[in-house]
Amino acid sequence: MNSTRTRVWLATLTILAFLGLLVGCSRKSPEDVVVRPLPAPVTPESAPVTIGAILSLTGPASPSGEPQKNIVQMLVEQVNAQGGVLGRPLEVIVRDDESTPAGAVKAANDLIEQGVVAIIGPSTTPSTMPLKDICQEAGVPLIACAAGKTITDPVASYVFAVPQTNTLAVEKCFDYLEKQGIDKVASIYVANPFGEDGRENIAALAAEKGIEIVAVETFGGDDTDMTTQLTKIKAAEPGALICWGTNPGPASVTKDAKTIGLDVPILQSHGVANMKFIELAGEAANGVQLPAGRLIVWEQLADDDPHKDVLREFATTYQEEYGQAPTIFAGYAYDAFWIAVQAITEAGEADRAKVRDAIEQIKDFQGTAGVFNYSAEDHNGLTMDAFVWVKIVDGAWQLAE
Amino acid sequence: MSAARQIADKGGARWSSLLRATAWLLLAAVVATPLLLGEGYRLPGGVGKNYLLTIGIFTGIHAIIAVGLGLLMGYAGQVSLGHAAFYGLGAYSSAILTTKLGLPPLLAMLAGIMLTALIALILGAPTLRLHGHYLAMFTLGLGMIVQIVFNQARGLTGGFGGVRNIPHLGIGSWQFDTKPEFYAVVMLTLGVTLLMAHNLVNSRSGRALRALHESELAAAICGVDVARSKLQVFVISAVLASVAGSLYAHFMRFVSPGPFGFVFSVDLLIMVVVGGAGSIWGPVAGAALFNILSETLGKIGEQVPWVADLDIVLFGVVLVAVVVFLPRGLVTLAARRPGRARGPAIQPEAQAEA
Amino acid sequence: MSLTDQIVQYLVTGVSIGAVYGLVGLGLAIIFNATGVINFAQGEFVMLGGMCAVAFTGLGMPLIVAALLSIAVVTAVGLLVERLAIRALPRASIITLIIATIGASFVLKGGAKLLWGPEAVILPSFSGHAPLHIGAAGIDPQRVWVMGVALVSVIGVQLFFKYTLTGKAMQACAINRSAAQLVGININRMVSLSFGLSAALAAIGGIVLTPVTMMRYSQGATFTLTGFLAAVVGGLGNGIGAVVGGIMLGVLEALAGGFVDVATRGLIHSGYSKAIALAVALLILWLRPQGLLGRRERESA
Repeated sequence: MNSTRTRVWLATLTILAFLGLLVGCSRKSPEDVVVRPLPAPVTPESAPVTIGAILSLTGPASPSGEPQKNIVQMLVEQVNAQGGVLGRPLEVIVRDDESTPAGAVKAANDLIEQGVVAIIGPSTTPSTMPLKDICQEAGVPLIACAAGKTITDPVASYVFAVPQTNTLAVEKCFDYLEKQGIDKVASIYVANPFGEDGRENIAALAAEKGIEIVAVETFGGDDTDMTTQLTKIKAAEPGALICWGTNPGPASVTKDAKTIGLDVPILQSHGVANMKFIELAGEAANGVQLPAGRLIVWEQLADDDPHKDVLREFATTYQEEYGQAPTIFAGYAYDAFWIAVQAITEAGEADRAKVRDAIEQIKDFQGTAGVFNYSAEDHNGLTMDAFVWVKIVDGAWQLAE
Repeated sequence: MSAARQIADKGGARWSSLLRATAWLLLAAVVATPLLLGEGYRLPGGVGKNYLLTIGIFTGIHAIIAVGLGLLMGYAGQVSLGHAAFYGLGAYSSAILTTKLGLPPLLAMLAGIMLTALIALILGAPTLRLHGHYLAMFTLGLGMIVQIVFNQARGLTGGFGGVRNIPHLGIGSWQFDTKPEFYAVVMLTLGVTLLMAHNLVNSRSGRALRALHESELAAAICGVDVARSKLQVFVISAVLASVAGSLYAHFMRFVSPGPFGFVFSVDLLIMVVVGGAGSIWGPVAGAALFNILSETLGKIGEQVPWVADLDIVLFGVVLVAVVVFLPRGLVTLAARRPGRARGPAIQPEAQAEA
Repeated sequence: MSLTDQIVQYLVTGVSIGAVYGLVGLGLAIIFNATGVINFAQGEFVMLGGMCAVAFTGLGMPLIVAALLSIAVVTAVGLLVERLAIRALPRASIITLIIATIGASFVLKGGAKLLWGPEAVILPSFSGHAPLHIGAAGIDPQRVWVMGVALVSVIGVQLFFKYTLTGKAMQACAINRSAAQLVGININRMVSLSFGLSAALAAIGGIVLTPVTMMRYSQGATFTLTGFLAAVVGGLGNGIGAVVGGIMLGVLEALAGGFVDVATRGLIHSGYSKAIALAVALLILWLRPQGLLGRRERESA
């Protein structure tokens, strides 16, 4: 027994010493201290330009990630049918982060080493946060499809985002409250990054505008009965209820509010701006109002509205391809994709640093989420104009402005 | 009960020492590969150094927890459905104490260890005296409670926004801020973990634990304090999870509640069972297979979209297949005559009851 | 809203949430009794029941036909899981069997996502949306359906075990396997039966739940976990216990959600309500390991 143990000790020590030696050696070369971008490989004219996409195809965020993958795959074919980019075919490598930060980190390291020019995604804020450092250090442009404000604040020079921020959406809600003269609200949010970002923004803006928050409640992503929370809210007698979440929880909130007789205006977030919400909430959805991108009501926009063409194009092609109306999440991937493609075209070569510079130069870009104007200080690029106020009437979305 | 030893027990003396040396060399080669690979070099599939190191780091972190869980399942015959909670406690202790109080990483890690050990003691002491699924139940409950606390205790944990800007792991001015260094640290920790597990299994209390397999009653009659031995293993396994959590926090430099939920507790169980509880190397093999399989499916999915769509299904099928065809886990493959894999199988305590 | 009205609402909500926990717990308890295994695919059976019903009604079938067909499909799936993941492992330990059911749950979950996508789906309510009132408390009529089904299920299962030969044989298996085998009971058949029965119950639960809670491919695990807790707190091995445990958890959760922040002057937010319910459940289990309705276990080795 003893000799075995000694041998195991010895063997382990040998391996450890070996490891130490390796690390010691690798430490001497300065290349290893900072992870540098790869030297641009010699590319023949026909070699594809490669973009990476890290999306949540499995796990809790898959309802956002799935349509994003669909749209990206559809767009690649479209671009290649029209001759590709820079006269070369375009290739997008889609990786699943399994809705986890670790998955995103593994995928990002792989994609960077596969030589992608830029990365689209991830779909969620927790997956994006660790990539902020990785992409910055590797010098690879990241165009996030997640809305957390910490992604672009503080700005990291290689990290951009396309979704409308909760800050803007909440401002739109408060505009409505002020117009209606409502000074007491209750908020309820889903316990996930999107919901919590909404809660923080609501609290901050309420303090600023002097609107009293009489109750703050929360529900879990898989919860299906919000009666308890709504009962408390009802007892606190708010003038309106703001709910922040994505399907299906907010549909339960809307239905349960009707069941217990909470008769105040219900404001939802842009996270439920899709037909699914109306399908799930049924009759109870009527009267719900929310700030939304123009996507959901594109047919009602005036014909001279500059947004209409982009939205029509996006909505109809998606509908044809997948037999359903697109969600805002699919829209984020759509915007991120075209921003990447436009930046590569404008950079004139598939060089990461030049593509980054080109993204920062993008102005007046018509996306599904709004008009993007990136700058060195603003890596989200959208303004309040990205939102319109919509209302559900007779089971359909109605432009309310 | 290492694979190398199993082989050794069967062959002739010289032959076996040759085999053992080969096994160790092979292992060393595998561990060293990501470090030796040049920056610009690509393996098939475009796999490069940093990607390999990243997979290696997560495999190592998972293996550290799995070894502990393997001891608990294989030797103490108990299941934990909440090891992700201990992992999370370690990660959040490191994250919070280093960012908010500015504690040095090692001290924060130590605090995490102590907190986790304390909670494991409180949880384990009453439950491990009972027969049946009680530890599973309590750890499951703990896992859910801890997850809620991570979500809700915003002042401390930052809620879903998480804790950001966690410093690099380091001792004094020596910062492990590159992937190769961090990889070495993780492998070193794993090495120490394995050594410790090896010693525990062969120590007096380890032998007592193995006696538990044959019969708890017999062990008790021989003067083994059954509950105490189980508790010891449970606390050790929780502490290992906490250490792994601290490593995770310093590698990612960002923690959020998501990775510490029930899903990961189940992933850990899978690693242990697939690799083989009841051997020290089994859980390591399980962790490696788990990470490699998930990455391989991901990489194949890049080219063949239907593989990406079938991801979860394939994972389930592989899991059931391994359990059905290699009921004692992957380590069976390392033994010469399958079917006669050594080391105790998982203790069928509940079966005896049923 | 007066305090009494609130309390009534919390109790009503608690019982209706608890009924769901109990319904899942009941199915878990049946399989546990027959095999000693905690079936981690139980929640997936519930999910499949709901998803199938949505799919079948989508094909234009009347609800009742769709429901019966869904129950048949899920029962078949239950039997298949038993055949492929349990019976294939005749000598495996309990932990291995549990892992096998986890593998099965992955396959079912992944399959559901492939077939029906990642989004939630819904069925029309059985009897409209006009809320029913108990005092000032409102309740969705569909939730009354859920409670009713839970009640009928638990009574039905009790009657089955007490008064039918097959039921008694299953009970015998649970009490002493080898003795049951000696008197000529086919153990394999009993285990199959427990999976079939429990899958059918889960499917029924999934169908009545979907109109009010919606259903998606990923929801199974939540059902399994809460159902497991309900079953253990109530006393594993006792069908009524699972429902009682479930309702107790549900009511605790609702009351904690309603009052914890008032009671602690805002120190503990109602977001902790589930955690509080869990902690109380664990405390009960610590004081009474056999569960609320379980009989004390003999000290045996």
